[in-house]
Amino acid sequence: MGRAGGLGRTCSAFRKLLDQGDFLKAIATTYNRGLHRLATFLACWIFLLIIAGALVTSNDAGLSVPDWPTSFGSWYKIPKLVGGVRFEHTHRMIAQVAGILTIILAVWIWRVEKRRWMRFLALGAVGTVIAQGILGGITVLFYLPPAVSSAHAALAQTFFCISVAMALFTGRRWIEEQPRVEFDQRRPSLFTLTLLSIFLLYVQLILGAMFRHHGLSWWPHVLHAVLVSFVLAWTAIRALSVYSNIEEVRRPAIVMLSLLIAQLCLGFTAFLTRVAWGRDAIQPELPMVVSTVVHVAVGALLLATTVLLALQVWRHVPVAFEERIPQAQGDASAA
Amino acid sequence: MNKKHWKTISIATLAFSAMLITSACNKKEGSDQESNKMEQKEATPAPAATPIDPSTVGTVSGQAKMEGIAPKQAKIDMSQDPACKGMNEAESIVADNGNLANVFVYIKDGLGNRTFDVPKDPVVLDQSGCKYHPHVLGVMAGQTVQIKNDDQTTHNIHPTPKDNREWNESQPPAAAPIEKSFAREEIMLPVKCNQHPWMKMYINVVKTPFYAITDKSGKYEIKGLPPGDYTIAFVQEKLGEQDQKITIAPKDSKTVDQTFKAAE
Repeated sequence: MGRAGGLGRTCSAFRKLLDQGDFLKAIATTYNRGLHRLATFLACWIFLLIIAGALVTSNDAGLSVPDWPTSFGSWYKIPKLVGGVRFEHTHRMIAQVAGILTIILAVWIWRVEKRRWMRFLALGAVGTVIAQGILGGITVLFYLPPAVSSAHAALAQTFFCISVAMALFTGRRWIEEQPRVEFDQRRPSLFTLTLLSIFLLYVQLILGAMFRHHGLSWWPHVLHAVLVSFVLAWTAIRALSVYSNIEEVRRPAIVMLSLLIAQLCLGFTAFLTRVAWGRDAIQPELPMVVSTVVHVAVGALLLATTVLLALQVWRHVPVAFEERIPQAQGDASAA
Repeated sequence: MNKKHWKTISIATLAFSAMLITSACNKKEGSDQESNKMEQKEATPAPAATPIDPSTVGTVSGQAKMEGIAPKQAKIDMSQDPACKGMNEAESIVADNGNLANVFVYIKDGLGNRTFDVPKDPVVLDQSGCKYHPHVLGVMAGQTVQIKNDDQTTHNIHPTPKDNREWNESQPPAAAPIEKSFAREEIMLPVKCNQHPWMKMYINVVKTPFYAITDKSGKYEIKGLPPGDYTIAFVQEKLGEQDQKITIAPKDSKTVDQTFKAAE
């Protein structure tokens, strides 16, 4: 029997398993509305934090508060929020709340969650937020070295993706619904494409951050955008053309494609305002600030949406491998 | 395209990004090492000043001009901070009827191994009206720069040198002056305030007392120069550096003008 025949058997075997409700069923856990709401609120708060961080960079205010972890020598006093301090100290305050929210969420998850991996994900989120705070401090104390500032920017979006994933995993749909599954027989698989998209977006994020923090020229970021656009468009088109009947895949694919188009337009606008017209600007001007901040924010949404798509694809469109079939079921199917 | 190709592309992209990040880190580390070496050099006591016969010294003076149309001075919006009232103008190129102000003029070469006493009096940098006064400053290596804040708002002073130590300090209203010095020669060392991003100025650190800054009429004068052959440099923050060779005879008084071309 050829490869195609084997694959067909594999799929039918898995479908039987699914019909019996034994496969890809989440570990028995109960939906907790409060927990899900806090996780969703945290994800929104981190998005706000990313915008606040982007405002600091775009307004060239990264060192307006020269010390860390204190602000002008104080742990609690709010300085006069004028000039660059308005952006930097607001960013610090939002970050502190984010840290507290993450710890509360982690403790809650640790107490009520039955899924062990979810507990460790929450623990990982706490580790990430601590590392992010330290990176933010190092970048202030060492006068914004491009590598550290870029790492701070990249980790911020990683943390955003983690928080979005936690919101997804604590959601009613993820916990209670029986996922509809279709096996992916194409190569590269849709899951591979989503992983490649995440990887390329991450590289794009680092290149963009390096440019923003004066560690690189603009052209690697712009050049790489072509590759990112191609792969993301390919991923979205594959998801929409083959798996549009699965709502959980269709929705993030549409959002991803829309955000990609918006992001390309914003990137072009940011290039015009910052590089072409604003090269000799004496101070950060409003068009520069708005275009770059929105570009960062939409970039974060795009990365998070791609992560969501990858998770949904992993759940709903698994890759068919013969090795996955339990021997007894495989034989039964063949018979 | 098959799986193998995609793997290769992914690995190549990863390697590319890693290389970029590593090179950025190395650059910083390299400059830190260099800085440490220079700090060690700095610790050795300065040799005694080489005597100059005052009866033979000459003077070089002149004017810096700008050819072509000077760009219009950009308006600065200071509304971010209520304590910084009114509008302001950028000082990156100040040219009145072609006379170029804020050009740093110094003897770049020709003094050999001569050493000079560092003046005990500090040079003053004032922050007033959310602007730096002066916009371009000259100071000898090791000489004190006294920084004052005459504004009713907090400033932070953040020099971003290539060869000297970087620092960043805030100065609230009515605070005592900050006193700092720069150990190594560095031309057009940028200084900025991160609280008021339009506030920028340049400090020029030199080893000799033979320097001047052109005034509003573009004029400068360097006195007390011993006879010899020199390279005199004219440095403007946007228009760059231009050099001239000059010879100063005993008791000579030389006029050396320099014209910068406006960037097209």
